[in-house]
Amino acid sequence: MDNLLSVVTFLPMLGAAVLLVFLRGDGEFEQRNAKLVALLATSLTFVVSIAIYTEFDPSDAGFQLVEEYKWIAGLTYKVGIDGISVLFVLLTTFLMPIVILACWGVSHRVKEYMVMFLILESLMIAVFCALDLVLFYVVFEAGLIPMFLIVGIWGGKDRVYAAFKFFLYTLLGSVLMLVAMLVMWYDAGTTDIPTLMNHQFAHEDFTLLGITVVGGLQTMLFLAFFASFAVKMPMWPVHTWLPDAHVQAPTAGSVVLAAILLKMGGYGFLRFSLPMFPVGTEVLSTFVMTLSVIAIIYTSLVALMQEDMKKLIAYSSVAHMGFVTMGIFAANKQGVDGAIFQMISHGFISGALFLGVGVIYDRMHTREIDAYGGLVMRMPVYALVFMFFTMANVGLPGTSGFVGEFLTLVGAFQANTWIAFGATTGVILSAGYALWLYRRVVFGDLIKASLMTITDMNSREKLMMAPLVFFTLLLGIYPALVLDLIGPSVDVLIENYDTATMGMADAMPAKATH
Amino acid sequence: METILLFAPLVGALVCGFGWRMLGEDVATYISTALLFLTATLSWVVFLTYHGPDAHVITLFKWVESGSLSTDWAIRIDRLTAIMLVVITTVSSLVHLYSIGYMAHDENFPKGASYRPRFFAYLSFFTFAMLMLVTADNLLQLFFGWEGVGVASYLLIGFYYRKPSANAAAIKAFVVNRVGDFGFSLGIFALFMLSDSINFAQILDPHNAESLSHQTFHFLNWEMNALEVITFLLFVGAMGKSAQLLLHTWLPDAMEGPTPVSALIHAATMVTAGVFMMSRMAPLLEYATFTPDFIVFIGASTAFFAATIGLVQNDIKRVIAYSTCSQLGYMFVAVGIGAYPVAMFHLFTHAFFKAMLFLGAGSVITAMHHEQDMRRYGGLRKKIPLTYGAMMIGTLAITGVGIPLTSIGFAGFISKDAIIESAYAAGAGVAQYGFIMLVIAALFTSFYSWRLIFMTFFGKPRGDKHAHDHAHESPLTMLIPLGVLAFGAVFSGMIWLPEFFGHHMEEWFGVATYFNHETNNVMHDAHNVPTWVKTAPFWAMLIGFVTAWYFYIVNTNAPKVLAQSQRHLHAFLLNKWYFDELYDFIFVNPAKWLGRFLWKKGDGSVIDGTINGITMGIIPWFTKLAGRAQSGYLFHYAFWMFVGMAAIITWFAIGGAH
Repeated sequence: MDNLLSVVTFLPMLGAAVLLVFLRGDGEFEQRNAKLVALLATSLTFVVSIAIYTEFDPSDAGFQLVEEYKWIAGLTYKVGIDGISVLFVLLTTFLMPIVILACWGVSHRVKEYMVMFLILESLMIAVFCALDLVLFYVVFEAGLIPMFLIVGIWGGKDRVYAAFKFFLYTLLGSVLMLVAMLVMWYDAGTTDIPTLMNHQFAHEDFTLLGITVVGGLQTMLFLAFFASFAVKMPMWPVHTWLPDAHVQAPTAGSVVLAAILLKMGGYGFLRFSLPMFPVGTEVLSTFVMTLSVIAIIYTSLVALMQEDMKKLIAYSSVAHMGFVTMGIFAANKQGVDGAIFQMISHGFISGALFLGVGVIYDRMHTREIDAYGGLVMRMPVYALVFMFFTMANVGLPGTSGFVGEFLTLVGAFQANTWIAFGATTGVILSAGYALWLYRRVVFGDLIKASLMTITDMNSREKLMMAPLVFFTLLLGIYPALVLDLIGPSVDVLIENYDTATMGMADAMPAKATH
Repeated sequence: METILLFAPLVGALVCGFGWRMLGEDVATYISTALLFLTATLSWVVFLTYHGPDAHVITLFKWVESGSLSTDWAIRIDRLTAIMLVVITTVSSLVHLYSIGYMAHDENFPKGASYRPRFFAYLSFFTFAMLMLVTADNLLQLFFGWEGVGVASYLLIGFYYRKPSANAAAIKAFVVNRVGDFGFSLGIFALFMLSDSINFAQILDPHNAESLSHQTFHFLNWEMNALEVITFLLFVGAMGKSAQLLLHTWLPDAMEGPTPVSALIHAATMVTAGVFMMSRMAPLLEYATFTPDFIVFIGASTAFFAATIGLVQNDIKRVIAYSTCSQLGYMFVAVGIGAYPVAMFHLFTHAFFKAMLFLGAGSVITAMHHEQDMRRYGGLRKKIPLTYGAMMIGTLAITGVGIPLTSIGFAGFISKDAIIESAYAAGAGVAQYGFIMLVIAALFTSFYSWRLIFMTFFGKPRGDKHAHDHAHESPLTMLIPLGVLAFGAVFSGMIWLPEFFGHHMEEWFGVATYFNHETNNVMHDAHNVPTWVKTAPFWAMLIGFVTAWYFYIVNTNAPKVLAQSQRHLHAFLLNKWYFDELYDFIFVNPAKWLGRFLWKKGDGSVIDGTINGITMGIIPWFTKLAGRAQSGYLFHYAFWMFVGMAAIITWFAIGGAH
């Protein structure tokens, strides 16, 4: 299939179109149909996307399955994937059917809800496939809209505040990125991403308003992109939109947000910052790693004291994304491998944790930790699944959570021992907040009257969790499934990066040569 | 064979955890026990048929591979592994058997609750993780096992999940261990950075160790010796797992778990993982100077410190827990002075007699209707004579009873004296401190061990009359394990003395350990220490025994009088040197305070405050501008976003046309 990527990208959108055109009415029957159509569309997308996996040649570090068409007004539609993006596409298509299953209990404006998720899926896949600057920007920003609506319409009682906070934060970053993209286009004369990756942007120092900008244009461009990606990650201190958005978002929205949308920032760093502005990256890498470590410690401490389950997991997500940015900006093989791995793994684990909160929220309609306790006595299966993902979240070896955390730390240690030292305290703190949460919710005696009749997970909920358990375990035991796939592309990325920053070695703190 | 040995417990865990509904509780637990006995048999076969000197490595498949970091799942069999295999599987299989009786009726669960398969699944899973730890061929797999046993320990300490104290103890065990793992992980990172490998074949090569000892690297703000930093960090991991001073606080609390768990995990196997790991790192330690001294210091201090607390505790399990902590200190002294085989020797014998003491204590607790306070025991020797006999053998072994200057004695006599002699032979400096502390600790050990015996089995019955009247001997499934372990507690020292601490030592261990003979001849010198050194532990043991006898048999008022006259010291010891209070004060409470502060002030006031301030400034301006669009309906905002997007694209497109 020559246009495999386009097919995968637009299949969900097609599902959305079918819903919009053919589904009328809002009865129980129609609602059910809407869900079934969405489930079918996302499942079909996943099945087709398996072909991407089989067609993809892991030994080739370049872009594959490339498609290029003329688009409106002189713009180009160009998509393709390499080792860095392929897994994000697969993660998205894999998770979306589970997300749809998580919506099964919704009864408010179901058709529109399903349409939102389907459009969102198309846009997310397009982000990871886009090989043209304008296309990337459009889908990257457009992805905001369905998510904004999901939080704002189907969310909790403060949904409008949360939706606006989410929207404003991410939009402010994007404006700067847009300016940088214009500069890049003037400088390089193209919006083609593979070409831009080989284009050398100026990195001679210059003075602006009396301040010497080390790394020159590259540093400026880096900062502009950084503003956008850092918000998306989110990095400390621009992370406060995330807990609010998660708390207000419906379960399925939280899953998409944590498992996929957060990965766009990390992906952006790897697709733009490192390859296009290596010098700028190098100049600011210690700064970014420092922010990452602050994020890990700061948000872990904050997570410790949360009273709302979703907020706790949201803060935990910020800490885990701290490992990702730390690994990326360690800019060595283990760091970047670890960062990508961590993003994929976090997709499964955080997704499962939010689904887990959803399971009991659907029954009790509260996320207050204090409202629970002793669930194990009535929900043994739930207790087991939640324990599994709690352990995965604290990075237990044998689960995928460990591999990413370990590799990013190995990478960071080579770049800067202080950074690794600070980040490693995260393993202590994560054990603290995660196990404490588990204890308060699942262990203890079942004494609250409201919980006496709570029921264990039903088959739909088990069906949602099973694949996540499977992959969390599989990747923990055999991480080569991921690492072999991303390896060659990461090798090239690191090689180019090292070549570009070689001359700076004297000015920079000594970097290990592994 | 090795593969079956390794995975049989995992199969047992899965059968018990997921298959019991089909098979029934009894069958599931029997299957896991049977699989453990299979593993134990195979382990003894490996132990007796392994002939060095080389390690036998079976590679299963690759694990984490990234750049030059390359690790496999593998099974490595050498002497160290073989020793650990028999220790783990023997104790584990006996504990499985014992648990069939011990866990039959548990009052912590409502009638009809199926808690037994869960218990056996955890036990078998623990065994699997422990076996992964000792058969690892690289530090990462070792770490897998290390964390795996940590989780099993967490689950088993918190087994009685309805009890808040059990939940708290479980979390504490996991988190304190993570503090150790913090050091351990950094050690692995440093080792990888400087040796470009974490596989044993490369890092344990003496040439690598020697070259590391000549390197410095920039760690945090200082330029430090590479080898010292690495070994120190790895030892921090060992301190956590083996409950050494500063990171010991979790072990006494871990007694919240069911008693078979204490015997298996918190006495015989998991807590010795640190000793095993440091013995495994022998080639690195051989070229380091600071870290081995530090290990001796911590080990000796722990041996002394834990023994002092053991003197005054009243909970029978806590006495044995502090005893374990103290004995682990002995093993670390042996590691620090370079007498790795001696450390392993004590690990080996200790497993038998300490597991037995715990299982014996479990038998006492069952007999006394779950009463654990020794002040409510007394005179039980006639009620439960077999348990009494087993506990006596355990006590004779741990206190080190034997005939001085010969190699005839209980297991503890042989191996403990070997450590004390080696410590003396290791010469001046910190080793001398070790020697003195260990002899004093031997005296204390004897005192608290006999105190336990006297308070439990001698004197008049105290406490609940009903419980005493109905005290009965345990079922056979609980007594057989005691018998087997008793055999080990008596003979394991004498049988394997030549291999661990004699002429066969070097060839028997083969590549599993390494001595830098230029600096380390302690194993040789230990045989030539003066007679007074060889008899010192014997006298210490005797003094401890006589004192205990006087205090708890002859003049039973004496302990009370002494405690009152030394009230502060007594309170200090009874409260475990106030470590828990100290840690709460300097770590736990500040972390909570900081978490709340950062949340409310950092995120709330500063970050959101700033951003809200800015947006509150901008938004009214925007809304005034777009007054018409301000319908308050979200779809309209989305629409305007889309219009904005379209405008941007258009602008781009026009720009592109130039």
